[in-house]
Amino acid sequence: MALTILDPTAERDAAPERPLAQRGDPRTIALVDIRKPRGDVFLDELERLLRERGHEVLREGKPTFTKPAPQDLRRDIAERCDAVIEALAD
Amino acid sequence: MPELLALVKHDCPVCDQVLPALDAAGVRVLSQSDAADTEAQAARLGLEHVPELDDELAASQRFDPDAVPALILLDGADERDRVEGLHRERMLELAEQAGVRLDLDGMPEVRPGCASATRDPEIAAMLAARRARAEGRIRSRELRVGELEDPFEALHERGLTDGLPVVPPTPERVVAMLEHTAREPQDVVGVVPPYGGEATVEKVAVNAVMAGCAGPELPVVLAAVEAVCDEAFAMHGLLATTHPAGPVMVVSGYPGFHAGVNVLGQGDRASMTAGRALQLVVRNVGGGRPGIEDRAAHGQPGKLGMCFAERLDETAPWPGLAQDRGVPPGEPGVTVMALEAPRVIVDQLARDPEGLCASLAMALESVATPRLRLAFDAMLLVGPEHGRIFKTAGWSRAQVQERLHQLTHSPAGELVRGAGGSPEGIEPQWVTDPAMPVAKFAAPIASSWPTRAATPDSSRWSSEAGPRAR
Repeated sequence: MALTILDPTAERDAAPERPLAQRGDPRTIALVDIRKPRGDVFLDELERLLRERGHEVLREGKPTFTKPAPQDLRRDIAERCDAVIEALAD
Repeated sequence: MPELLALVKHDCPVCDQVLPALDAAGVRVLSQSDAADTEAQAARLGLEHVPELDDELAASQRFDPDAVPALILLDGADERDRVEGLHRERMLELAEQAGVRLDLDGMPEVRPGCASATRDPEIAAMLAARRARAEGRIRSRELRVGELEDPFEALHERGLTDGLPVVPPTPERVVAMLEHTAREPQDVVGVVPPYGGEATVEKVAVNAVMAGCAGPELPVVLAAVEAVCDEAFAMHGLLATTHPAGPVMVVSGYPGFHAGVNVLGQGDRASMTAGRALQLVVRNVGGGRPGIEDRAAHGQPGKLGMCFAERLDETAPWPGLAQDRGVPPGEPGVTVMALEAPRVIVDQLARDPEGLCASLAMALESVATPRLRLAFDAMLLVGPEHGRIFKTAGWSRAQVQERLHQLTHSPAGELVRGAGGSPEGIEPQWVTDPAMPVAKFAAPIASSWPTRAATPDSSRWSSEAGPRAR
């Protein structure tokens, strides 16, 4: 006999994030070092490239890669920057 | 003038007995059986009229008799009286009120009827599921598994399992599962990373069925889903990381979760299935699939689901973890934490808390690697033998945590990058004095992990909000 089952997945797709390009050209960009080894090397290079293109760059860091960014840090970035780039992992 | 309506079914000898009389008197008869069985019954009894079918058992559900035959006296749409089973005198009374001549001569005075089809557990479950759909209590898309498909294979092929067989979540099973919470099925329990799927109570119930939960575990699963969707838990990070940690549930004081067999609840159905249900929600509702969104490089069997209960009987050295973290005493709770696979710390010789803490601290230093400091948390499960040592000495949980925190300090010189030939470690610029003790853990108590109350009526208490108005 055919069987009817209920779909265990979410009923609605998550609203897609607007692509960065549609949100205007960010003036100040935060670069967040999550504190994985050599993340700073990657972010140094990224900072150089962004500054060449005329962006302001703000270097930030999490205390440890094993924990979420503290709320104060997130608020600080949200208040002072137009965009954020995280160096996620090594 | 009131009218009579009779409900019967084909496999009821008492219905067989009264049907010819009802047929001869022209009473409207509705059969709970299907067309073929109803026609066969009519032919067998030589009836003049084949009873009408009670389509979708609508009338049976409306009048909800325990037994058939059920003779109902109707005044318009309103029920005025009824007789269930064969009761000659009462049936004649009803017939008289309806102006019907019913001939019941030769029949016994009283004969109990048979259970109404709506009392058949399978049919009752089907009807409950239909009602839940009609009333909007269940809204999930329906998936059809074909006649020639094996349901277990079909679910796996649709990418809905964790690799082990799951119980097919039929509407009947899900509706039965929902009986175990007073929360509204469409309440959103949490928004599940990474894709932000809404975990409604219904969706959690669907996945709990699949995981093999019996039902009473549902409030625990709901509390755990709510807790891992708490931003403080960082479920998104737990999926994105290459580290093999997974969500672990500690159940404090919830009936039916047994910690008597062994510390980690191996073999306890409630523990096994509740942990699995949480991970199925993460997979199916959140979209966190191993190897795709779940980037764990090693993975570990505990990521299939890990849940265990504290043993809070008279042998326990402390109150429950959830109660210690603010859930009101006497109310069950769940604490969630991101943890790697369990490991055992052996000390067979300690007989006092000081010595035991020294042994435990030594092993706790090695979480991830002794060289990484302040980054990782650990959960220490104290088995019955070690628990007895703390209980006898009267050490509280906080005392043990404080002592372990003190003992898990090592000299910076031993932890610095390059020491002992290992390149991992703390950065040399932080080490001003090689003898300086450096803590392994940021604090004695890892306070940021979410705790939730788990009661059948809902998750009323949270570690952030405190008690909510009832």
